[in-house]
Amino acid sequence: MQRYFHEELEQIRSKLIRMSEKAREVGQLALEGFVECDLKKAERALVMDDEIDALEVEIDRDAVRYITLRGPVSSDVRLILVAIKASHDIERVGDEAHSIAKRTSSILRREGKVFQPVAIAEMGEIAFSMLGDAITAFIEGDLELARSIVHRDSEVNRLNRENYKTLSSELDGDLDNELGEASTQIKIIFISKSIERIADHAKNLAEEVIYLQTGDYYNS
Amino acid sequence: MVTKTNSSLKECTPIIEVSELDFAYGSTQALFNVSMDIYEKQVTAFIGPSGCGKSTFLRCFNRMNDLIEVAHTKGGNIKINGVDINKPDVDVIELRKHVGMVFQKSNPFPKSIYDNIAYGLRIQGIKKKEILDQVVEECLRSAALWDEVKDRLQESALGMSGGQQQRLCIARALAVKPRILLMDEPCSALDPVATAKVEELIHELKKNYTIVIVTHNMQQAARVSDRTAFFYLGKLIEYDATDTIFMNPNNEQTEAYVSGRFG
Repeated sequence: MQRYFHEELEQIRSKLIRMSEKAREVGQLALEGFVECDLKKAERALVMDDEIDALEVEIDRDAVRYITLRGPVSSDVRLILVAIKASHDIERVGDEAHSIAKRTSSILRREGKVFQPVAIAEMGEIAFSMLGDAITAFIEGDLELARSIVHRDSEVNRLNRENYKTLSSELDGDLDNELGEASTQIKIIFISKSIERIADHAKNLAEEVIYLQTGDYYNS
Repeated sequence: MVTKTNSSLKECTPIIEVSELDFAYGSTQALFNVSMDIYEKQVTAFIGPSGCGKSTFLRCFNRMNDLIEVAHTKGGNIKINGVDINKPDVDVIELRKHVGMVFQKSNPFPKSIYDNIAYGLRIQGIKKKEILDQVVEECLRSAALWDEVKDRLQESALGMSGGQQQRLCIARALAVKPRILLMDEPCSALDPVATAKVEELIHELKKNYTIVIVTHNMQQAARVSDRTAFFYLGKLIEYDATDTIFMNPNNEQTEAYVSGRFG
């Protein structure tokens, strides 16, 4: 029997999907800003984070209200718990995207372009495909897709480690030469780290989908 | 003492206005200086421990307490649609037509399902079969019972399940076209499925009726009501939007009661 207040649960779910799509859009825009040396894209991404933050607050408030007034159990309470945890992960994706956009903007304003010696684009592609699949897995309740996401995180971690190694060795040389270049290398290290964190949050989302569907915590 | 709500709910028209009501059974005072407005087409829940006066207060709205010899209003007044209902010239039968009541235990008449609904109309002198048929169907539909009983309207109401009987009593109350429905623990004798059906019904009925419900089940108050009033020892402790009462009440006693730390 569908109760009148189950619609409120559906609204929470819709807000979570909207928030996820928004975070993915901002993240991809920030990444494109870096990869394509496009200052406009980076600066557009900078101002898109606020809506994500507002949605997190709304989801939190709706979730607390639903728990208090509706007494959810079973899959309903799991959805509420996942909404709270996932919205936090998604908000962090938004923050990382903001961070990428801010650093890209800073580099482009000073240097006009980004010299890209490392695998940022490749990392971004994997991280955002993980995020997109996690959203799809949530929408469609696709357990297999969710499980497949978890293992893809290790490749992003490997690329990030390689990036760090390359950039930090270049950094040793740059410090002896020019402070500006060293600053750019440091910013790219942080951008690489932000993408690695986005993949971590996508993995968390996938694990939350698995919990939502099965009631079990995924142990990778 | 809290008298008005500071709720974020949209502005509504008060249909019941209670001002400084003192009520007693003989020398025992049951309600102390209660003031509150109850709003049209909303569900208002009264909660509080046994003996706090919530049922007494509910029964003041259709003067059901008149049936208890020692019960009397000591002070204050209750206005419904601006009329002081305790004034001597008020017709109590007419008042109870406008302010229907559903009790804790379902109490269908030992008659057919059809006759239970038609009873109120017949004693008003309405005998025309077409009108009675129409009202019976309307009321049973409003009480979400029509589909379950349309093929056995002439069977005894006593053969219905507990949940169906309670919804029949709600349908019977609707037959005389009240504006306000008082519900005194309407689900306390029902199983969870029947309770859910009555709660769904309350949610639907508030589109057309003002509902005041007394319940011991706090989750039920949280689920069905727009506003909640907490009573303790005959006093109105806090009255506000249900969201506020259950999520962030202003009074420590309310907080203790709704969080189960009371007593």
